[in-house]
Amino acid sequence: MMAAAAVPIALLLPYVIDTYTLTVLAIYAMLALSLGLVWGYGGILCFGQAAFFGLGAYGYAVGAINIGESTIAMVVAVAASAAFAAILGAMMFYGRLGDVYLAIITLVVTLILYRFMSSTAGDAYVIGKARLGGFNGIPGFPTLHVPGDPSAYIWGDALYYLCAAILVLVLILVKLLLSSGFGRIAVGIRENETRMSLLGYDVRARKTLLFTIGAAVAALAGALFANWGEIVTPRLFGLTQSAEIIIWCIVGGFGTRLGPVLGAASMGYLKFLLGQQSLIDNTLVMGLILILVVLFLPRGLVPALAGLWDAAWQRVPARRVQRRRRDLV
Amino acid sequence: MIMNRRHFIAAAGAAATLFPIAGRASDTIRLGSVLDTSGIFDAYGKPMDMALGLAVNEINAAGGLNGKEVEVVSYDTQSDMALYSQYAQQLVRNDDVDVVHGGILSASREAIRQTLRKAGILYFYNVLYEGGVCDRNIFINGVTPAQQVEALVPFAMGRSGKKVHVLAADYNYGQITAKWIQKYVADNGGETVAVDFFPLEVSEFGSTIARIQSIDPDLVIAPLVGGAHLSFFRQWAAAGMNERIPLASTSLGVGNEHRVLTADEGNGIMVAYHYSQELDTPANNDFKARWAQAYGDTSAIHEIAVSNYQGVLTWAAAVRRAGSTNRDDVIAALEEGLSIEGPGGTVTIDPQTHHAKLDVHLMILENQGMTVIETLPQRPPVDTQAVCDLGANPDDNTQYEIRI
Amino acid sequence: MDLIAVMAVEFLYAVASLVLISAGLAVVFGMMRVINLAHGEFMILGGYVTITAVNLGVNVFIAMVIIAPLAVALIGVVVERLVIRHLYGRLVDTMLATWGLSLFFIGLVTVIFGNTTTGISTPIPGFAIGDYRINGYSFFIILVAVLLLAAMAVILRTTRFGLIARGTMARPDIAAALGHETERIYMATFAVGSALSGLAGAVLAPLVGLVPGSGAAYIAKAFITVIAGGPQLLAGLMSSATFFGVVNQLFTFTISPVIGEVALLVAAVILLRMLPRGITGRFFRERSS
Repeated sequence: MMAAAAVPIALLLPYVIDTYTLTVLAIYAMLALSLGLVWGYGGILCFGQAAFFGLGAYGYAVGAINIGESTIAMVVAVAASAAFAAILGAMMFYGRLGDVYLAIITLVVTLILYRFMSSTAGDAYVIGKARLGGFNGIPGFPTLHVPGDPSAYIWGDALYYLCAAILVLVLILVKLLLSSGFGRIAVGIRENETRMSLLGYDVRARKTLLFTIGAAVAALAGALFANWGEIVTPRLFGLTQSAEIIIWCIVGGFGTRLGPVLGAASMGYLKFLLGQQSLIDNTLVMGLILILVVLFLPRGLVPALAGLWDAAWQRVPARRVQRRRRDLV
Repeated sequence: MIMNRRHFIAAAGAAATLFPIAGRASDTIRLGSVLDTSGIFDAYGKPMDMALGLAVNEINAAGGLNGKEVEVVSYDTQSDMALYSQYAQQLVRNDDVDVVHGGILSASREAIRQTLRKAGILYFYNVLYEGGVCDRNIFINGVTPAQQVEALVPFAMGRSGKKVHVLAADYNYGQITAKWIQKYVADNGGETVAVDFFPLEVSEFGSTIARIQSIDPDLVIAPLVGGAHLSFFRQWAAAGMNERIPLASTSLGVGNEHRVLTADEGNGIMVAYHYSQELDTPANNDFKARWAQAYGDTSAIHEIAVSNYQGVLTWAAAVRRAGSTNRDDVIAALEEGLSIEGPGGTVTIDPQTHHAKLDVHLMILENQGMTVIETLPQRPPVDTQAVCDLGANPDDNTQYEIRI
Repeated sequence: MDLIAVMAVEFLYAVASLVLISAGLAVVFGMMRVINLAHGEFMILGGYVTITAVNLGVNVFIAMVIIAPLAVALIGVVVERLVIRHLYGRLVDTMLATWGLSLFFIGLVTVIFGNTTTGISTPIPGFAIGDYRINGYSFFIILVAVLLLAAMAVILRTTRFGLIARGTMARPDIAAALGHETERIYMATFAVGSALSGLAGAVLAPLVGLVPGSGAAYIAKAFITVIAGGPQLLAGLMSSATFFGVVNQLFTFTISPVIGEVALLVAAVILLRMLPRGITGRFFRERSS
């Protein structure tokens, strides 16, 4: 139902907001959704979703420069990140790391990638034909084009519709995944890992798989981001980027599918709007907004809106799973 | 619940008033500006923004350009590279600007350069940087490593000795500058005994200072960047090394960092820039007086704020000469080798590279100021000239890595 | 020989500064399970307080050791009352709130002190070990770290406040049933944690150039040190600070500063993989908490 509503919204939005800004909002939404899946439904405290986002972006840039063709580069980007996530996930989950320790490892891996990419300014750091470029990143790689026709670039409005379509597709896939047996068991693991493991489910393999799927979605967002920005820099791996993804999810509401999507889009747009004023320091305003959201919208935007909706229509609160975020950790 | 709703309505109202208002009066010239005026790079961005405001106000007070008033459309990119791309699109599509000034880090320049090139909107990047950009749509008036290092190295070696240890920030500017330092040290008969690179976040230099002493060079040249790296100069002095080994830098002071060091810590460090607040010329004294009148206090003025000011003046002079804001006419006017007098000295456009010939001042830090020892007039950007000729290849659109 | 002595001091200094950077976070996270993402900003507030006090003519040591911790503790109390106390037990919410606080403080410091780098010079002159010159202030940092660890040990192990605080952290319900006001104990603990962050920022201020965004450089290191230390506050802090300090310095001196930073991070990943409950979770018997 939600996916069906998303289509007309995606088609109407360009009349209100520039497609160029909308494109990046859709990409952020996809990125937030990937963390919402891993953390909100899988209970995996991943502080390093930015690592897969960045790897996707770099993977695309390096792939596109070397191959000169965009479709294979997209596949390469997503596959490389997913492989990296599978190895990292297996290492963590088979090592039975506790939740906070897992958070730290993912954060540290992100920081290692950031440090490493930032220090590749020298001309020794080359992958095929692509210079990694250090702090300034890689500009000027070939962007998306229609498969088979390298001169038909997909950019501007077309890129927006492509990103919006992919977002809707990912939303549907996530919904299908969550309503499948795999998804229900994942939620079960979030609720009580020991019980699920005693019931005979291989918790470690399932967590690794969910983590890898989340990373693949993040990498897809990263590859699209590279196409949108036409430059990739190590800041994609930065601490700020990692924290922002978590914030989008918390603001929107963890444990819902739409929450991360709306959280990312609204925070991304708010940041864009704030940059057009110069009366008050923007960092200060952003900080205040976050504090107020935590204090007054403790469950996040989407559950709060749903509550308002119910109240406005005098509905008896449906059997909606209204989880407080405190239960998630 | 009521609280929630109120909060929502307030937020929605705020968003509505912030909504961009389109439409333009046709009798004004629109100048777009994208700078980080908040976030971690605002120490550079805020004074640049002030300088731009001062320049435009002065132009308008003098009757505008070709009888039209200049209107500024400015965006705060909040030290976020993704916002550069978004605001560049906004400037191109909705704001319909005639020229864009802005960008601070090289990554931010590369994030908007192609957008402005495709849209055919003239772009001025007014910051010292690593050199090599070759694009007919962009004009760059900051010093490049060769302009600066070629002058600084013989000056510093002449005051110390031939064994040089280089400590550079580990990113593109630092890497390229370190190469140029090695080249000019060799050209001047010296020897580079070691080169160390530091990530931008490193603020502990104790073991590095011990390592330098075990190598025992005659001179240390330090293209270090940012607040964390300022710690090096402080820890160097705290160990008493400032009395033992002379120090030179290609970056200390660009964001007025030398005013944070005490006189004892900073005294004697050798630098070379296009601008210093202590430059005792009529143009600079006049500029400082006008700045003081506008903002009260001149302490914020720094190298790239002045570059931004001069960038606007250069563009304004070209618009006057061309008699229009049409991109091709303005580029043609600039390519005539247009020259202006700014607070830092003469700025002459180099038609071959769209960079600038600049006066470079050799200076020594003294009592938290930069005392000018010698001025080298009109240094050409030889590094970029070696790889870029826009006269021969007007369609060039690359940032060359300068091989030495 | 002289070089070895100099390097020994540098190693000790690296360990000491990690202890200082992490102590405040260790108290707030280790005892209250609050992930304080504004830890770095509490530190730079300590630095800015020190600089302001020194510029007003206060003796630099008094400013660093007394005024800065007190001022930041006060800010900590205000923050705890207004924000954090609503969020106990909600790990994710405290993260969002403290990230908001971190941005808020960065903005506030920018508005008050401006965006340019500030700092004060080191109050202790350098001196010579053989042919080598060394920063005399390093010894002060080492001294402060040692005193801090000793004071924390004494307070936690021997005083009534330490006992009650530890008890409240372990079982707040039972502490409350025994008639202790858990609210006030949480507030006091948060204030102590803030004071420690303020102290760290203050004593490190003379070594660095401060900008409003400087805090970001500390938070990750502090976090890694605290988590790798494991459940035991003091033993964990000391052992992981020693481990990471030595790894970092060793690679910095022998290879390069970049490798030093990366080695620290790689060491953290390997360490947590081998000891998934932190250093003290494995080698020390876990006590009742």
